[in-house]
Amino acid sequence: MALLEIKNLHVSVGNREILKGISLTLDGGEVHAIMGPNGTGKSTLSNVIAGRDGYDVTQGEVLLDGRDVFAMEADERARAGIFLAFQYPVEIPGVSTSSFLKTALNAKRRAEGKPEIDAMEFLKLVKSRTKALGMADDMIKRALNVGFSGGEKKRAEVLQMSLLEPRVAILDETDSGLDIDALKVVSDGVNALRRADRAFLVITHYQRLLDYIVPDHVHVLVNGRIAASGGKELALELEAEGYAKYQGAAA
Amino acid sequence: MAVTRETAATVKEIEQYKYGFVTDIESDKAPKGLSEDIIRFISAKKNEPDWMLEGRLKAYRHWLTQADEEPAWAKLHYPKIDYQDAYYYAAPKQAKLASLDEVDPKLLETYKKLGIPLLEQQMLAGVAVDAVFDSVSVATTYKKKLEEMGVIFMPISEAVHKHPELVKKYLGSVVPYTDNFFATLNAAVFTDGSFVYIPKGLRCPMELSTYFRINEKNTGQFERTLIIADEGSYVSYLEGCTAPQRDENQLHAAVVELVALDDAEIKYSTVQNWYPGDAQGKGGIYNFVTKRAACRGRNSKVMWTQVETGSAITWKYPSCILQGDNSTGEFYSVAITNNRQQADTGTKMIHLGRNTKSKIISKGISAGHADNTYRGLVRIGAKADNARNYTQCDSLLIGSTCGAHTVPYIETKNPTAHTEHEATTSKISEDQLFYCMQRGMTQEEAVSLIVNGFCKEVLQTLPMEFAVEAQKLVGISLEGSVG
Ligand SMILES: Nc1ncnc2c1ncn2[C@@H]1O[C@H](COP(=O)(O)OP(=O)(O)OP(=O)(O)O)[C@@H](O)[C@H]1O
Ligand SMILES: [Mg+2]
Repeated sequence: MALLEIKNLHVSVGNREILKGISLTLDGGEVHAIMGPNGTGKSTLSNVIAGRDGYDVTQGEVLLDGRDVFAMEADERARAGIFLAFQYPVEIPGVSTSSFLKTALNAKRRAEGKPEIDAMEFLKLVKSRTKALGMADDMIKRALNVGFSGGEKKRAEVLQMSLLEPRVAILDETDSGLDIDALKVVSDGVNALRRADRAFLVITHYQRLLDYIVPDHVHVLVNGRIAASGGKELALELEAEGYAKYQGAAA
Repeated sequence: MAVTRETAATVKEIEQYKYGFVTDIESDKAPKGLSEDIIRFISAKKNEPDWMLEGRLKAYRHWLTQADEEPAWAKLHYPKIDYQDAYYYAAPKQAKLASLDEVDPKLLETYKKLGIPLLEQQMLAGVAVDAVFDSVSVATTYKKKLEEMGVIFMPISEAVHKHPELVKKYLGSVVPYTDNFFATLNAAVFTDGSFVYIPKGLRCPMELSTYFRINEKNTGQFERTLIIADEGSYVSYLEGCTAPQRDENQLHAAVVELVALDDAEIKYSTVQNWYPGDAQGKGGIYNFVTKRAACRGRNSKVMWTQVETGSAITWKYPSCILQGDNSTGEFYSVAITNNRQQADTGTKMIHLGRNTKSKIISKGISAGHADNTYRGLVRIGAKADNARNYTQCDSLLIGSTCGAHTVPYIETKNPTAHTEHEATTSKISEDQLFYCMQRGMTQEEAVSLIVNGFCKEVLQTLPMEFAVEAQKLVGISLEGSVG
């Protein structure tokens, strides 16, 4: 069974149809990349899978391990293993990154019938992950995302992903705003999580990321539709030629 | 922050108000209503000296002239209170106790449910508790140790006998019996409360704590607390309140007076969790409280922290009179109102001495159909050269049917004064909620986490062991406020 199946997904906001029939199948162990011009519906797709309010799903379905994702609330989806690294991570004033992480981790453990994580064990775990991601130790003491630089926010997203160990991780432009070194560190972080029973959906504008996180499939999303799919060479072609030819085709 | 799983579990476990149980103890009650006879009865019950009875009667006679003076300026709506329809004295029927072993086990059971570490073996936490059960202090723990250091910590009814000179000198010196309608009533009928005296130069090494609890049906509770920090001393005091769940409203009109002499510092923290009434606004405590501190000495300091999550009505303005030069007053407040709760709370900072400083941090959270008002006065007197005030009032709204109001008054009679006022009003954002839920938190966990973050500046001023409890309370009191 596929890990995540998106079948003929149509999504509208108000009267406007944004996703016009998306179908994608992610199997365990795979990395799928989605590329496409601004405003074509990439974040919409991520948000709808993750369960954000405000979108009308007019047709189609999304299945996680064969389970109907739309029958679950956002938090249930998260606990079932869907993770979204946000394009624009939200600030939570007054809540330290470490207590946020702990609360999230314990929510997951509770769903798995495990006890709350021991304080010392938690600290050790977080320390090892922040180190791997090249984050400063005192970062986790700061309020989550408050005053974080663009790159720090993205690292914090990857840190959360590595702690929560999702089944399906959607990375919405996690590479934007990262400097070259950070891009490498974050990519290593993602690669370290690649596993036979885990899948990634990587949204990006830059082929460069895909040199580090090598995808199995690349999809071109234009105007709410998948205009083309191919291997990693498709990304190179897009880099060289742009989206013009697909935009014509889609229109 | 430990507001996570445990809170969720607690919330599930107790659909209703956690402390809504009633202890079944025969109680010794005065008849209903208020009269000179009742006051004489209370005074006689406590075997008070004449000067105490005189003081009460003076207050009562003044109160009678005040019948039309019940404060109406607060943004609070409640039916007229019938002061003749309440009991003014209720004491558990029990003789004097030599030790904790003699305390009625039912009382101890009650305290256990409240989580008060009353028994000696539980005292290792370093908390000394003077427990007020309805009107009488039942047991005072840790007394010995404190005594050895010269700390006086006892029911005020006992202090009247053992330390009359201190009580005479300071009682009513910060909140005179003429101060306001409710303070006058309290001065006439107060039944008990805590008395604290910290001797010169002593940093009291443990938190002193009183747990107030209203048990008897239809009893008003009128505590009177007096804390005196002598020169160069320090004390941290915590007051926690819970009351059983009842359909009818109960009146609570306490008076707290703090006196800080030269170089002395008092930290007074309150976690107020009285029964708030049900979702339709039935029942709940009417909380009309006068709390005031006199920073009498040079370099004295008073810090009020309050976490107000309970009560149907809260009318409360812990204040500081900054008399001594270089004295400092601070007020940190979290007020949460949900369902039909109403709170009108804030502070008064009265700057009289030179170089006096005050700081006000207020966080108001409103949900459901509740109304939440910050009302604060900063007054800089003519002689208060170089006075400084910083005020920050933040309101957080949950949903669209609640209200938040900020009413700051600033009066300056000295041109060297410097006051700053900042105010914000915000809503819990959908983005924040979604972000937290995307990480697996339930909606209630997410609200609790976000609101705790909003209140952090205030919560972190609480003593450690109470901060954790307060964090949980924040989550519990906002249960069901979203969605
Ligand atoms: N809640 C909303 N209300 C109105 N319009 C919306 C909403 N969400 C998305 N849209 C619109 O849908 C379109 C797709 O937006 P989306 O954010 O999915 O694009 P994207 O492919 O992620 O773009 P980018 O590369 O710039 O991040 C845009 O035109 C956007 O304005
Ligand atoms: Mg986007």
